[in-house]
Amino acid sequence: MSRVVLKLGDDVSTDTIYPGRFMATVLPTETPQYAFADLDINATLRDKKVAAGSVVVAGNNFGCGSSREQAASTLKGHELTIVAKGFARIFLQNSCNLGLRTIICPDIEASEGDELEIGPEAVVNKTTGRTFRVEPLPRARQAIIDAGGLIAYTRKRVLESAPRG
Amino acid sequence: MAMTIVEKILARATRRSSIAVGDVVEPEVDLAMSHENAALVINQFNEVYKGTGLEPRVWAPSRIAIIFDHRVPAESSKTATNQKKIREFVAKQRITRFHDVRADEGGICHQILPEYGYVRPGGVVVGTDSHTTSHGALGAFAFGIGATEMASVWALGKVLNVEVPATIKVVVNGRLPAHVLPKDLILHLVGLLTAEGANFRVIEFHGDAIRRMSTSGRLTICNMSVEAGATSGIVPADEETERYLREEAGVKGLIEREAVDANAVYAQVIEIDVGSLAPQVACPHKVDNVKPIDQVAGTKINQIVIGSCTNGRLDDLEIAAQILKGRRIASGVRMLVFPASWRIYKEAMKRGYLMDLAEAGAVIVNPGCGCCLGVHQGALGDGEVALSTTNRNFKGRMGNPQADVYLCSPAVAAISAARGVISDPRGN
Repeated sequence: MSRVVLKLGDDVSTDTIYPGRFMATVLPTETPQYAFADLDINATLRDKKVAAGSVVVAGNNFGCGSSREQAASTLKGHELTIVAKGFARIFLQNSCNLGLRTIICPDIEASEGDELEIGPEAVVNKTTGRTFRVEPLPRARQAIIDAGGLIAYTRKRVLESAPRG
Repeated sequence: MAMTIVEKILARATRRSSIAVGDVVEPEVDLAMSHENAALVINQFNEVYKGTGLEPRVWAPSRIAIIFDHRVPAESSKTATNQKKIREFVAKQRITRFHDVRADEGGICHQILPEYGYVRPGGVVVGTDSHTTSHGALGAFAFGIGATEMASVWALGKVLNVEVPATIKVVVNGRLPAHVLPKDLILHLVGLLTAEGANFRVIEFHGDAIRRMSTSGRLTICNMSVEAGATSGIVPADEETERYLREEAGVKGLIEREAVDANAVYAQVIEIDVGSLAPQVACPHKVDNVKPIDQVAGTKINQIVIGSCTNGRLDDLEIAAQILKGRRIASGVRMLVFPASWRIYKEAMKRGYLMDLAEAGAVIVNPGCGCCLGVHQGALGDGEVALSTTNRNFKGRMGNPQADVYLCSPAVAAISAARGVISDPRGN
């Protein structure tokens, strides 16, 4: 069971997830401190008062804007799950590459504090008793997740193409 | 089989005779661009090789471009250290297309790439910057990727697991009225499509207004295609593309063009007549919150910004200088001008544009991205309002979530600077 700790609307930009003014910070070990830096939840996250697997619920086009990978690594650092009606392309790719859990749930309805049960085919809002269909990730993205992320996937390819000696 | 331009490019880059929307392919990359975020790419690149016993080696040093532009000259010791680390990597890997913080070669990445002839029609260009869509202006398939994805490209020379995107055809006809610019067209289109209307899709531009448009204008519209979510914007290469590459980028040798298939299949077709288009303004805090100028005229502003990868080219500075020559920026308003590259900066200096702007009161800043994304110079105070020719107005974008950013063309920005309120440049 996963608790919704933040509810956002449509078109949440990477400037909301990870403001540009913190972009000189790049290491995944350092980016989590700036997650949603301009929102109240930032303090709660920094105080480690949010359990791993907690959920951010959002509308369409989550992660639109910049290609900054910090937007994915900052959320991954807190082990958040993002349940959104839809994701912007680059953000979705970055998330799958880094292993940030993203769930496409086109009709999701949930409020902060609700408890969700997230399965491969449906999200059940235990608080309201309603069930929402999950749309599978594009297969090209799923292949990278299944390989353990893009680093592992690329490493395998590099080794395959390396001259044997 | 009829194909869209991007389908043709992907077929060539994957050595296939045909390709269909939704196919998962691994296109070979012609150019891989990064800026200061190369610092993160380097980390991820080294990570790829960890435990393999192999020495990290980029696949093709001449196909990698690294341009310092996001925080130049460095605004902090952290940035300076990142830049130092990148310089060392560039030297070690023998990367040739490196543009340091120098007035003889520097500028914003999305201007340097076309200006130096690094982008060719039919090429596959990836960049760790969402506005990499810009380079579709030269008929390339150019799209933004994350740092880890770039590390993978540096290692393998191809982008793994690309889904062939569907294409939206946008046909633009008619003549833009005086003081209505390509920026107004793309703002209008982003408003029509909305911020996610082209998500996972390509926008392919056609029509007589596009054929007449300069490469500079095409860079503006392709640059902001990503604001509708597009993977890329693309203008099929034509005589103007060839002229630009030969005359302005100094390209010699063969320039190939993809022919446009009349019966290619598009996901959507949008027709726009720009003959009666009014200047457009994107209002806070979303780029698709676009209104014709008469609905926002009179809004008081504190800061004007002209420049960036969207509108920092010579024609943009020219129109701003024409409007402001002999005028003064309104009292209480400050104006920043940051040309897109040092080549443009110096040419605008020679032609007197920078002098005209400075005499009107504008502060001329060195080429860079810092102000647009709120990391370096030009931050806004609480409750302040900026009117800018840049490409994003998200909350917090110019460094302050308590401020408002409106987006517009250089003509709107210039006349508004003189008046102190958002103003219509037509008839001025």
